[in-house]
Formats: sequence, C-alpha cells, structure tokens
Amino acid sequence: MGVDFSTLRFADVSRNYGRRRALNRVSLTAGAGSITALLGPNGAGKSTLLSIAATLLRPTSGEVLYGDVSLRDGGAALRARIGMLGHDLYLYPELTAAENLRFFARVYALPDVERRVDGALAQAGLSDRGDDLVGNFSRGMRQRLALERALIHEPRLVLLDEPFTGLDEASRTALRARLEAVRRAGGIVILTTHDTAAIAGLPDASVSLVEGRLAA
Amino acid sequence: MRRFVEAVWLVTRKDLLVEARTKEIFLTTLFFALSCVLVFAFGFVREGRAVGDAAAGILWIAIAFSGTLALGRAFERERQGETLRALLIAPIDRPALYLGKLLGILILLAAVEVVVVPLVALMFQAALFDHALLMLGLLATGTIGFAAVGTLFAAMLVRARSRDVMLPVLLYPITVPVIIAGVRGTAALLQAEVDVPMARAWLSMLVAFDVVFITIALWTFEPVMTE
Repeated sequence: MGVDFSTLRFADVSRNYGRRRALNRVSLTAGAGSITALLGPNGAGKSTLLSIAATLLRPTSGEVLYGDVSLRDGGAALRARIGMLGHDLYLYPELTAAENLRFFARVYALPDVERRVDGALAQAGLSDRGDDLVGNFSRGMRQRLALERALIHEPRLVLLDEPFTGLDEASRTALRARLEAVRRAGGIVILTTHDTAAIAGLPDASVSLVEGRLAA
Repeated sequence: MRRFVEAVWLVTRKDLLVEARTKEIFLTTLFFALSCVLVFAFGFVREGRAVGDAAAGILWIAIAFSGTLALGRAFERERQGETLRALLIAPIDRPALYLGKLLGILILLAAVEVVVVPLVALMFQAALFDHALLMLGLLATGTIGFAAVGTLFAAMLVRARSRDVMLPVLLYPITVPVIIAGVRGTAALLQAEVDVPMARAWLSMLVAFDVVFITIALWTFEPVMTE
C-alpha cells in the first residue's frame, strides 16, 4: 500500500503564515537508519518543519522529496509510511490503551491487528493495562503508548515533536532505547527538542533552526 | 471503495464508542434541545393551543441550536488530544474522515430528535405523526443538510481561537435555506388543511440542498484540512 523511500529531502523549503515567515529556505537531508535532531528555541520553525514532513502543511515554496516521491504527489500511499508523535500524543483518553492501538491499526488497514496491538502494548510496558482508559494513565505511560501508536504500522519516517518533554529519567531511557531500535530497523527519525541534554549521544546529526533558518 | 466505506465506519464507530462511554455530547445536546422547546412552549402556547406555525419553527430551532452544540463538541474532542492530526496523517481518504464524522453527528442528532419531536408534538398539540413518512423525510434531509455544512465548518475552525463564536456565525447564514425548507415543509403538514404537495416540494428542495452541500464539502475538505 505504501511507497518506500530511503531519504527525506527538504530543498529550499519556505513556509509563510500570512506575512510571517516561519521557515526560510531550509534545505536538509535525512537518510534511512539515522536520527536527526532539530534544535532551536520556541518559535524557531521546528514544529512547522515536522508538520510539512508529515504532509499536514504544504510549503509555500520549495520541494519535499521522500526518495523520488514529491510531497505533492504522495497522497495516502505516502502517509502510510509516516508515523508522527506530537506534543499532544494523539490519543483518545476516553478509550482504553488497546482500543486506541486497535483503532489506529485498523485505520492503517494493517493485517494481524490483535498481534500488533499485543506487541505494541508489550513494547510500551503496558501489557497488563491494555483494558484501562488512557485518561487514567500517567504522562510517561501515555507517552510510551503514543510512541507505539505512532510506530504500529512500522513507518519508514518517524517524526517526533518534543518527545522527551515531561518524562522522568526511566521513561527517557526507555524512549532512547526505542528510538535506537527504530534506527537499527532502518527508520528515518527526525525529532525536535530544546533539551539537548536529553538527547546527548543519540542523534546522528543535529541542526539548529533560528527564526526559520538553518543556523550554520 | 470498500476501504473507503471501512474508513468511514471506523471513524463513526470510534466516535460512537467515545460518546457511549462519556454521553457528554448526547446529554448536553438533549438537555439544550429540551430547554429550547420548553422555554418556547411557555411563550407560544396560549390556553393549550400553539400560536400559528410555532411548532414547526420551534422544532427546527431546537434542532439547529442543539446541532451547533453537538458539532462544536465533536471536534473539540479531536482537538484536545490533537487526534485530528493523527487522522489526517493516516492513509485514509480525507473525504472518508469527513463522512465518518458526519455520520457520527447524524446518529447523535437522530437520537436527540427521537426525544425532541414527540415532546414538540405533545407541548404544541402538533400532528407531527399524521404524515409520519413525510415528516421523517423532512427531518432526515434537513438534519443531513445542516450537519453536512456544520461538519465542514467545525473541522475548518478546529484550530481557530474563537471557534465557539465563529461556528454559528458562519453556519446559520449558509444553512438558512435548509432551516426555512424544514420549517415550511413541517408547517405544511401541521396546518388545518394539510398541504402534502407543498411538503413534498420542500422535501425535494432539501434533497437538492443535501446533494449540493455534501458534494461541496467532500470536494473542499481535503484542501481545507491540509492547510
């Protein structure tokens, strides 16, 4: 169903919100089996860049290429290969952990839904909490579940917006281990953070965005 | 096509499951609709008889006002956890997402109408069930037209700061033809000499509105949600 690709390339990407320029001619390439960190203060354009990579926003100018496939041409087949974890976790608090995972697995039309749900719950360390409402989970538990929700369809491109925010040390260590596993499996991971200590030693490349531009 | 229908049903079923668990939208919408009917009943019923076409107008006002409440809350849920973004990234056709949300809202409004319509009939001594099939047709097509536009606007406004104010401001002017057709069609069935041909004419108009509104919404949902 999905298109496959081994690189993600931003070529001279700009994005305006009205008269404000959120991204200014950003060029960046990330390859399979790598973790790229987007650093920078709030308002630097990190989340805008992730939203464009996730196909949620179109660039005002420039090109985004997933391998040979353009953002404009990708459609649902391209979206099937992208997983995203936002700061707000993208989970329904009124549903149980298993129901959340099952819903998204079905939305992605995955085979072996129950096996994947069980696997994701185990990976999140929530096997015994699968029937509990997500609204009753701690931030760390929701974060682990949200990550597995984003990875349940084994995406090629994984986009994470401030994934380390609000996590305790144990959860941070678990998240790092999971991201390293995604990298070993050939995923392209792009994450944003302004907490450089949390990602020390993790990314293969780090780039800084300042006022929408890539800093030297 | 099968995948499209599956995606529509997945979104609808998820919304119904969430609603069945919380009952938040159903209860608030129902309470609001009942309050509307009761308040108007005090104003428009004199010595047990309703004033003019009041019953038809009040029924559709109750549906429109409570429908606006339901539309706002249905998308507020998707905004709170930013789950709308997760659905927009998913490999489902965006029109399927629109139809899934629309179907969920329609089922909810239908449940509210099951209570509100008999209440209006009772409070206003209105013969809403004498031409039950025609009345059902007016209610169904009117509700579909109203919710079709409302679902699109509610999705568009999900990130707007003043969405609670903007939704009715945008929705009511566009859906005025639907509400007028619903009111006039219902009034034609409630008047002393029932005018079935007139009710059928308004029903046909509602069907035409539905086709136009749903077509436009399906066509615009993808670009609107991408930007």
